[in-house]
Amino acid sequence: MAFIEINGLHKWFGSFHVLRGITEQVERGEVLVICGPSGSGKSTLIRCLNRLEEYQKGTVHFDGQDIHARGLDVNSLRAEIGIVFQQFNLYPHLTVLKNITLAPIKVRGTVRAEAEETALALLERVGIHDQAHKYPAELSGGQQQRVAIARALAMKPKALLFDEPTSALDPEMINEVLNVMKDLARDGMTMLCVTHEMGFAREVADRVIFMDAGEVVEQGPPSEFFTNPKHERTRMFLKEIL
Amino acid sequence: MRWDIVYNNLDYLLWGSYPNGPLGGICASIMLAVLGIFGAFWLGLVFGLMRLSKSRILRGLAMVYVEVIRGTPLLMLIFWFYFLGPVIFDYNLPEFQSALLAFVVFTGAYVAEIVRAGVNALPGGQMEAARGAGLTRFQAMRYVILPQALRNMIPSFVNQFVSLTKDTSLAYIIGVNELTKAATQINNREVVAPAEIFMAIAVLYFIICWALTAFSRRMERHVARYQARGR
Amino acid sequence: MGYQFDWSLVLTGEYRDWLLDGFYLTLKISAVAGGCAMALGTLVAVLRLSRVKPLMWLSLAFTEFFRNTPLLVQIFFWYFGSEVLLPKSVNEWLYSMDFEFAAGTLALTVYSSAFIAEELRSGVFSIPKNQLEASRATGLSFLQAYRFVILPQAFRIVIPPLISQLLNLLKNSSLVMTIGVMELTYQARQVESFTFHGFESFTVATLMYLAVSLLVSFAITMYNKHFLHHLRY
Ligand SMILES: Nc1ncnc2c1ncn2[C@@H]1O[C@H](COP(=O)(O)OP(=O)(O)OP(=O)(O)O)[C@@H](O)[C@H]1O
Ligand SMILES: [Mg+2]
Repeated sequence: MAFIEINGLHKWFGSFHVLRGITEQVERGEVLVICGPSGSGKSTLIRCLNRLEEYQKGTVHFDGQDIHARGLDVNSLRAEIGIVFQQFNLYPHLTVLKNITLAPIKVRGTVRAEAEETALALLERVGIHDQAHKYPAELSGGQQQRVAIARALAMKPKALLFDEPTSALDPEMINEVLNVMKDLARDGMTMLCVTHEMGFAREVADRVIFMDAGEVVEQGPPSEFFTNPKHERTRMFLKEIL
Repeated sequence: MRWDIVYNNLDYLLWGSYPNGPLGGICASIMLAVLGIFGAFWLGLVFGLMRLSKSRILRGLAMVYVEVIRGTPLLMLIFWFYFLGPVIFDYNLPEFQSALLAFVVFTGAYVAEIVRAGVNALPGGQMEAARGAGLTRFQAMRYVILPQALRNMIPSFVNQFVSLTKDTSLAYIIGVNELTKAATQINNREVVAPAEIFMAIAVLYFIICWALTAFSRRMERHVARYQARGR
Repeated sequence: MGYQFDWSLVLTGEYRDWLLDGFYLTLKISAVAGGCAMALGTLVAVLRLSRVKPLMWLSLAFTEFFRNTPLLVQIFFWYFGSEVLLPKSVNEWLYSMDFEFAAGTLALTVYSSAFIAEELRSGVFSIPKNQLEASRATGLSFLQAYRFVILPQAFRIVIPPLISQLLNLLKNSSLVMTIGVMELTYQARQVESFTFHGFESFTVATLMYLAVSLLVSFAITMYNKHFLHHLRY
C-alpha cells in the first residue's frame, strides 16, 4: 500500500457534489502538485487528508492507517500531517517563536527548552532566525508564510500539505517561499502542493495532477504534463496560466 | 398574582389620561424618544463633523463636549437642566421640555461619535476619488462621504434610539408624565401588585426596544452588502 | 441673576462629607455589582457558546430581555417586587441588612451582566474561524485550541469594551438614588435641597464622575495603543 492512498473519495457540501471519486496514490518522499481552475475542489481534497473536512464516501489511508478508523485520535493524525494555508493563519497574539513551539509543547509534550531550540533551528532553515521574538504583524507576508512553514515542520510531520501558499504574496516574496519549499522537497519531504507556480512544478514535482469539477482529469510527470497534455481541458487551462 | 390590576389600568399605561388630560404612558415615552433622537441627530451631526474638521479649535470643542457628556451620568444632566437652569439663567422650562433638552444634549454626544466613526470607516479612496474628480472637501463630504456613511450608520442610530427609549424612563425622576411615572402612580395607589405592574411595563418597553433591535440587525446585514470595499 | 456662588459650602464641613460619603458609596456599589456582573456575565456567555440548545436559548432570552428594558424599571421591579416575590423570612433578613443597597446591587448586577455577556460572546466570535482551524490542524484539541489560541485573543480584544461596560455601570449606579441608596447623586440632591446651592453640589458631583470616567478612558486608550496593535489578521 502506498504511503498516502486515496480511494474513491466523494464529498458533498449539502447537495453540491464537490469531490467526485478521487483515487490517488502518493509515495513516501514524493512531491505532488495539484492544479486546476478555481472551485474545482483542490482545497477541499487536501483538507480531507487531515480531516479539516469530513468526506462521505471512499477511504483515505495514511501510512497504512485508515484516517477514518474508529478510535483513531484525529489530533494525533493531524500532528503527523502539517498544513500551510494561503492566508498564513499565524496566531497574532503570540511571538514567532511561540507560534512555532505551541503545538510541540501542548500536543507532543516536548519540554520548552528543546522546543525552542528546534524552533530556532527551523527559523534558521527558512532564513529568518533573527525574527524569533517579533509578532506576526511585524513581518512581511513572505516572512509570515515561512514562519507558517516552520510551524508545520516543528511537529516533525511525515507529510506536508500546501494550499496555494504563495497566492496571497506580493511577487517579490514568492520566490523566498518557493525556495524553502524546494529545499524541503530535495530533503525528501512528502509534499502535496496546491499551486499554480508552474516553474516550481517543473523543477521539483514528481507528478502533476489536474483537477476540474471535482475529478482528476489528467496526471503525469511534469515533463509530459506540460509539453504534451492529452486532454482538451488541461490544454485550455495551461494556455491560460502559462 | 393580580394581573387584573394591570389590565384595569392598561389604558393609563398606554396613553395616560388622554384625551381628558395630558398625554402620558408609553405614548409620551415614545414621543420623548422620537423628539430626542431627532434633535440629537442634528446636534450629533454638527459635533461629529466638527471632530473631523481641520480646525483644531473646532476639533477641541467637539472633543470636550463628547468626552464630558459621555463621562457624566444622564441623571446628573437631567438635574442640571431641571434644577440649575432656573437658578442661573432665570428661565423656567417645564419638566417635559427640560428632560427633552437633557436627552438631546446627552444622546447628541453619542451620535457625534457614531458620525465620526462612520466617516472614518469609509475607505480613504472614496474621499480621494471625489477630490480627484474636482469636488471641494465640503462637496465631497456632502455628496459622496456623508450619504454613504449615514446609510452605514443607520443600525447604530437605531441602537442609540433603543438606548434613548429606555433612558426616557429617567424623566420620571423629575416628574414627567411617561410610562414609568404612570406605573409608580398605579403602584402607589394599588400597593398590592408591584411585581406585576413593573413586569408589565418592562414588557411594554421590551416590545419596542426588541423590535427596533431586530430591525437594526436586519439593516446591518443589508447595509453590509452595499458598502464600498478596499482601502 | 441673583445667584450667589458659595464654593466653600460644598468644599468644607458637613456637606463636603456628604458628597464624599456619596462618592464612596458609588464606588462601593459599582465595585460589588461590577464583580458580580462579571461572574454572572461570564456564565451567561458560556451558556451561549455551549452549543447546547436549551442553554443557548436561556442565555439568549436573558440577554435580550435585560438589555432591552430600562434599568430604572428593573430597579423598581426588584425593590418593590421582592416583597411579594420572596418568602417572608428572606425579606426580614434582607430588611435587617441594608435592603436598598442589596436591591440596587442586584438590579445593577443583572442589567450589567447582560451587556457583559454580549461583549464576551462577540469577542469570541470576532476571532476569525481560520484561527481555530489552524490550531486544530497542528493537532491541538478543541479545548486546547480555545485555551491557548482563541480565548487569549478574545480576552485582549474584549478588555476595553468590558471596562467601558464597567464605566457604564458606575454611571448607571446613579439610578439607585431613586430607591434611597445614598450614593453620590443622592447626596448631591440632598445638599441641593438643604442649601439651595445646587450648582456647586452638582458641579462637584459631576466632576467626581467625570474624573473616574476620564481616567479610565485614558487607560483604555493607552491599552489599545500598546497591547492591541499586533492583533491584526
Ligand atoms: N464550506 C463550504 N460549504 C459549501 N460549499 C463549499 C464550502 N467550501 C467550499 N465550497 C465549494 O466547493 C467548491 C470547491 O471549493 P474548493 O475551495 O475546494 O475549490 P478550489 O479548487 O480550492 O478553488 P480555489 O482555487 O478558488 O481555491 C467551490 O465551488 C466552493 O464554492
Ligand atoms: Mg482553494
